Amino acid sequence: MPAQVGLLAGRAIKRILRNPAQMIFPILFPLILLAVNASGLDAATSLPGFPSDSYLDFALAIPFMQGALFAALNGGQDLARDIEGGFLDRLAMTPMSGAALLAGQLGGALFMGLISAVLYLVVGLAFGVGIATGFAGALVLLLLSLAISTAFACFGTFVALRAGTGEAVQGFFPLFFVLLFLSSAFFPRDLIEQDWFRAIATYNPVSYMVEGIRSLVIAGWDGQALAQAFVIAGLAIVGFLALSARALRTRLVRT
Amino acid sequence: MSEERGIDVEGLVRDFKGGVRAVDGIDLHVASGEIYGFLGPNGAGKSTAVKMLTTLLPPTAGRATVAGYDVVKEGAKVRASIGVALQDVALDPMLTGREHMRLQGGLQGIPRAERGRRGDELLERVGLTEAADRKSKTYSGGMKRRLDLALALLHNPRILFLDEPTTGLDVQSRTALWDEVERLARDEGTTVFLTTQYLEEADVLADRVGIIDRGRIVAEGTPAQLKAQVAKPTVELVPRDAGQCAVAARALEPFGEPVGARVSGSIAVRLDSGADQLADIVRALDHAKVAVANLALHEPTLDDVFLAKTGRSLEGAADAPPEPEPEPEPAGARAAA
Repeated sequence: MPAQVGLLAGRAIKRILRNPAQMIFPILFPLILLAVNASGLDAATSLPGFPSDSYLDFALAIPFMQGALFAALNGGQDLARDIEGGFLDRLAMTPMSGAALLAGQLGGALFMGLISAVLYLVVGLAFGVGIATGFAGALVLLLLSLAISTAFACFGTFVALRAGTGEAVQGFFPLFFVLLFLSSAFFPRDLIEQDWFRAIATYNPVSYMVEGIRSLVIAGWDGQALAQAFVIAGLAIVGFLALSARALRTRLVRT
Repeated sequence: MSEERGIDVEGLVRDFKGGVRAVDGIDLHVASGEIYGFLGPNGAGKSTAVKMLTTLLPPTAGRATVAGYDVVKEGAKVRASIGVALQDVALDPMLTGREHMRLQGGLQGIPRAERGRRGDELLERVGLTEAADRKSKTYSGGMKRRLDLALALLHNPRILFLDEPTTGLDVQSRTALWDEVERLARDEGTTVFLTTQYLEEADVLADRVGIIDRGRIVAEGTPAQLKAQVAKPTVELVPRDAGQCAVAARALEPFGEPVGARVSGSIAVRLDSGADQLADIVRALDHAKVAVANLALHEPTLDDVFLAKTGRSLEGAADAPPEPEPEPEPAGARAAA
């Protein structure tokens, strides 16, 4: 089983590395958006109660979320292509276990998530972002980022297995960008003036993932924020992994 | 694991959603080392039958054993005994030929050292050594088929399923693949279950042929036996004026039984007394004042067998809609492993 996971994860990573468009754009786009936001919304830091002097520090959490989303989108589309093209049937003819397929699939998304998270951290540090929790905090940030990448990848895997088409996977992802925009990603929840927006942001689980990452950058060690972020990511992983396993059993119709 | 290499099928049925019955109670037996040709037009049920026999689709009813194992109850053992090249060549465009072999070999549980040797050996056998380190997206259709075949052979299967292996291939690639299939059966005793819509392929390759139409096997035997069933030649006539079809048909009535024509606007008659009647036919047409654009005498082919059994030509029947794609089913509806 570990050998099967290694083979399948290796294949997923090779596919990413050999398709530059699949790597460069998903990594660069969040950085470009960060640059635009950091310069355009810097004035927001003068609002009373804004938790940071630098909008760049505040917004650094956003690319981690977007990077995780793109990694999940690409991973889901790759899996959908395997289904549409019959490659999954080829794999189904081998003694491969379903768990190995899921783990290998997530391996590719984790690889993308790790590369992009390290890059965002390095770029943030290069542009003067100070990590309030220091080196240990940076490591926890990478860990949390990987947990979030895994959670999104589990969702992408589930949609790909359930729907079996790349279009379906692509169709679902704008929903996550809406969830990101309707979260506390761009403004702290207590500074959102619109009641409906604040209410959505409060119930939106994405807010708590963003706030977990952000707390490490701007606030110092905040046990509650970190616990909430890890628990939400963990629940999403467990839930979507279970759904993916069920969808895979249906998809791999082998007797 | 047994050394059994045969296939036994009894009353195999597969229904799809909407009441479509793709396979309607087929019975067949394939002996060890035999090349069995499953011939039929698009949509006849060939691929659905193959998917059931290769454990990728549970049957609705009936039973089948492959290599001595039940396809429903012993799926994993069946899969370990067979190699499969499905109709759509499924390769990862970003992996090289060699990487495909290593991935497949690894998933098949072949030890690492043997994996490389066996993979290289098979790549050489299918003529892909030089292209082994190129991504499969750069391969031609024939090269993809050959890699697909090599992948299917990697774990030394006793039974090989080839679903329309030469569809879309040029003559040269087709012949090379035929040679390899023949060699496998002859030298290695591999049983080959081959689906095809090409008459020539079934005729040249298969020891025995099963003709399938609308989910049912309508004829089965060696190509020679099947042709002997419709031993009489057929004369086919195209009148210069399409309006003279009825007149021409009346003129040909005394010579034999009318059968479905291969070409629209033509009339075909299976001759009662063989090719000797040709001169009389020409005289009868002349007498009926039918101007002839084309007159052809056909020796019996597998298409004539198909025509005789179904009333349609195999080529014409190929316009039938494709077989339904299997819909994912609730996991509970599947047979237990």
